[in-house]
Amino acid sequence: MIELKDARKTFNAGKPDEFMAIRGINLSIEANKATVLKGPSGSGKTTLLSLIGCMARPTSGRIWVLGKEITSLPERFLTEIRRKTFGFIFQQLNLIRGITTLENVMLPAYPLGGAYSSIKKRALLLLDLLDIAPKANSRVERLSGGEAQRVTIARALMNDPAVIIADEATAHLDTELTLEFLEILGKLKDDGKTLLLASHDPLVYESKVVDRVVNLRDGNIAEKGE
Amino acid sequence: MILHPSVLALIAGSLLVSFMVLYSARPALQVLRKWDIQSGSEQQLILERKTYLISTLLAFVFGFELLSFFLFIFTADQIHGFFIGAMCAAGSLYVNPFGYPALLVKMANFLLAGIWLILNHVDNRGYDYPLIKKKYLFFLLFAPLVLGETILQAGYFLRLKPNLITSCCGTLFSRETSYLLTEIIFAPRIPAMAAFYVVTILAVGSGLFTFLRGKGRYLFSGLSALAFVVSLIAILSFISLYIYELPTHHCPFCILQKEYGYIGYPLYMTLFGGTIFGLGVGVLTPFRNIKSLSRILPAIQRRLALTASILFLIFAGLVTVLILRSNLVLKGF
Amino acid sequence: MKSWIDRQRNIIDYTLSSLLRRKRKNAALYIVYTLVVFLLASVIFFTHSLKKEGALVLKEAPEMVVQRIVAGRHELIPVSYLDKIKNIPGVSAATGRLWGYYYDPISGANYTLMVSEDSPLSSGRIEIGEGVSRARLAFEGDTLEFRTYDGSIIELEVSGLISAESALVSSDLILMTEDDFRRLFGISEELATDLVLRVGNPRELSVIALKIAELLPDTRQILRDEILRTYDAVFDWRGGLLLVILSGGLLAFIIFAWDKASGLSAEERREIGILKAVGWETSDVIQAKFWEGLVVSLSAFSTGILLGYAHVFFTAAKLFEPVLKGWAVLYPHFKLTPFVDGSQLASLFFLSVVPYTVATIIPSWRAAIVDPDTVMR
Repeated sequence: MIELKDARKTFNAGKPDEFMAIRGINLSIEANKATVLKGPSGSGKTTLLSLIGCMARPTSGRIWVLGKEITSLPERFLTEIRRKTFGFIFQQLNLIRGITTLENVMLPAYPLGGAYSSIKKRALLLLDLLDIAPKANSRVERLSGGEAQRVTIARALMNDPAVIIADEATAHLDTELTLEFLEILGKLKDDGKTLLLASHDPLVYESKVVDRVVNLRDGNIAEKGE
Repeated sequence: MILHPSVLALIAGSLLVSFMVLYSARPALQVLRKWDIQSGSEQQLILERKTYLISTLLAFVFGFELLSFFLFIFTADQIHGFFIGAMCAAGSLYVNPFGYPALLVKMANFLLAGIWLILNHVDNRGYDYPLIKKKYLFFLLFAPLVLGETILQAGYFLRLKPNLITSCCGTLFSRETSYLLTEIIFAPRIPAMAAFYVVTILAVGSGLFTFLRGKGRYLFSGLSALAFVVSLIAILSFISLYIYELPTHHCPFCILQKEYGYIGYPLYMTLFGGTIFGLGVGVLTPFRNIKSLSRILPAIQRRLALTASILFLIFAGLVTVLILRSNLVLKGF
Repeated sequence: MKSWIDRQRNIIDYTLSSLLRRKRKNAALYIVYTLVVFLLASVIFFTHSLKKEGALVLKEAPEMVVQRIVAGRHELIPVSYLDKIKNIPGVSAATGRLWGYYYDPISGANYTLMVSEDSPLSSGRIEIGEGVSRARLAFEGDTLEFRTYDGSIIELEVSGLISAESALVSSDLILMTEDDFRRLFGISEELATDLVLRVGNPRELSVIALKIAELLPDTRQILRDEILRTYDAVFDWRGGLLLVILSGGLLAFIIFAWDKASGLSAEERREIGILKAVGWETSDVIQAKFWEGLVVSLSAFSTGILLGYAHVFFTAAKLFEPVLKGWAVLYPHFKLTPFVDGSQLASLFFLSVVPYTVATIIPSWRAAIVDPDTVMR
């Protein structure tokens, strides 16, 4: 469902601190499976995720998402595809402080133009699905680590995306919470979603939820592993 | 010079607008020379981001031109008392050779900015920015007009010298220049009325045809331009007479005043709006075969044509109501 | 169309909550902005209102004044000149006018003395303006002493105060009878201060003025319209000058606005990054910033205008008093009539909201182009 062909990404091209994060990657991501990108920091996992997730444009090479080429799409269209296709869960939770859980979850849907009330309804539904409905009106600063984690998952699900991308999402979680997280992901996969994770946590890439592990090193795929 | 607050406001405003236009010129040039949507290089990404800025600035310029057009006329009207023989804005603008040119250039800039925004709107809907180079070329071509407007407007205001009492001798030796608005030769009434209604009906009809069938776009656009000119002449020639209920008062500016219910505003705004949308249809038609636009352009053009037609219709409707309700009865009707 | 409205509504929701979350920074901006609008509004309302008042007062003034000029200076005019003037076709009425200035050493003020044509005063009695009343603490029934041209003293009784409505022009005015005036200043019956006339058809004014210039070559003719024009010009000039002086402050305000808009705190930057990461597009963020600017602008604009209005029309521009008063001893207590119209508001808009918006467009754009993947790093 997602394909990359000789994708490259260079930062600060032409300057003394030029840095090639991705050096010609060929990759195919299967639908409805959980794929993990594994590798040390600096191997380009995050950059690769941002290329796949329509957050950044490749310096060269080609990328297709759900059959549509996104390589040269201007930001406007890229963002439209991203909104509808991808849901992101970040390493730093990236919740906006000072507003409630509910508002945080509703944010991704604002620019899509649906009526406020229907956005709210959906958000509450998701919070309920993840068992944190009682915390809907609390400030996000007051949530525990696990609760906050579930809020970000709810937010990622807001626009009903086909793919969930999680970048080192368990880095700050203890074992129990990590296992909880993986369980939720398993349920999402059962619901038909595709999962794409970046992690160097063995609990993640050795989990039975995961179908495929891709090793990255220095911007290249080291060897395709199972 | 007359240091009226409105004068200062207009000069300050147009200086700001000129600054924005000049500021946008450089990225516009960069786009013309280096734009390559296929490239993922950082340079290209930076250029893409800059286009957001230029669009925002130009949307602002458009809004400003609209407001300042009316404020300019208002101000000219307010200062008419300073000039012997000037009865209203029409007289004030006549005082020095910069007045009417400034007004005309303002009007042109308003129309051009509107068309640019339509181009921009369509360009943004195409997934590969199909019109970007043409759009910025168009911008660079009309940017000098915006600068010209600032200069003309400033020139007009700075050269205004009110007819004041001179120290010893009162009237007789104060600047005895008369700015009486001479009877400009206006188009004879009956042909003007006929032309106005005929052209309007043709334009509206053509617009509706374009809306329904998607064809005849150049025709409609041309008719819109013609309708614009004919309507302006109509205002000068007979519409104003009915509004003022005076067979000799042809001024196109007094209809903006409170005494006449500010009727000038809806009249001019519908006319200008209809013209911009109508011209927009024509400006877009050469691009109908570009791949990324081929699907969406027809729908956009139809909507533009419909809106333009409705606006022209409202304009004609207002005019007709004004004529019917007027207490003036002109010979021959 | 509906989805566009929904989208705006949602974005406004975010914008409002964002503004409230940064109360301190936005409060500072709001206060400064309001102050700027307040100052501009005060100047514009004040000068405009004074102009209108002047015009209203002048409306009753005679259409033409004829004064005698000797060696470039205004001299008393023979009343016999009226004969020649009355014969000119088109002149409907012509009379002499008596008025002058009187320096009062007790209060240190200059009064304007005038003989009023229609006021029912009897000999020995005067009407005084409220400024005179305040300066000499004189009220109805009191007596004021005046020193005549030959050093003797005459006493005049105050029959009443000139109504306060026209305080702007009548504050320092004293009305008296013709006999008292001539007695005070030693002006013979053959002379008057100047001559005023009314004409039937205003269009003939310049023709009549020309005729008078021919018949009475030692006079000058002043038209009411010219006075009005000059008056207007002076007020516009003064008002405009004040605005130009305020432009320094306006510039500072623009720089301040630019600075505030550019100086995103780390928290704000993070927030925008999050928005971009969860699916907001650059134009959505620009939209949010636009609404932010609009909310701030509109609230500051309306507050500033209301305060300016109150300042000018309820406190008679108290803050400008030191500037306007100068050495004036008889500064009038006046109440201006509100004369606010659309063009004043438009000028204010152009001088405040427009520069503010321009100053914030570029910083808003800079904030909005943050890359969505910055939050991933």
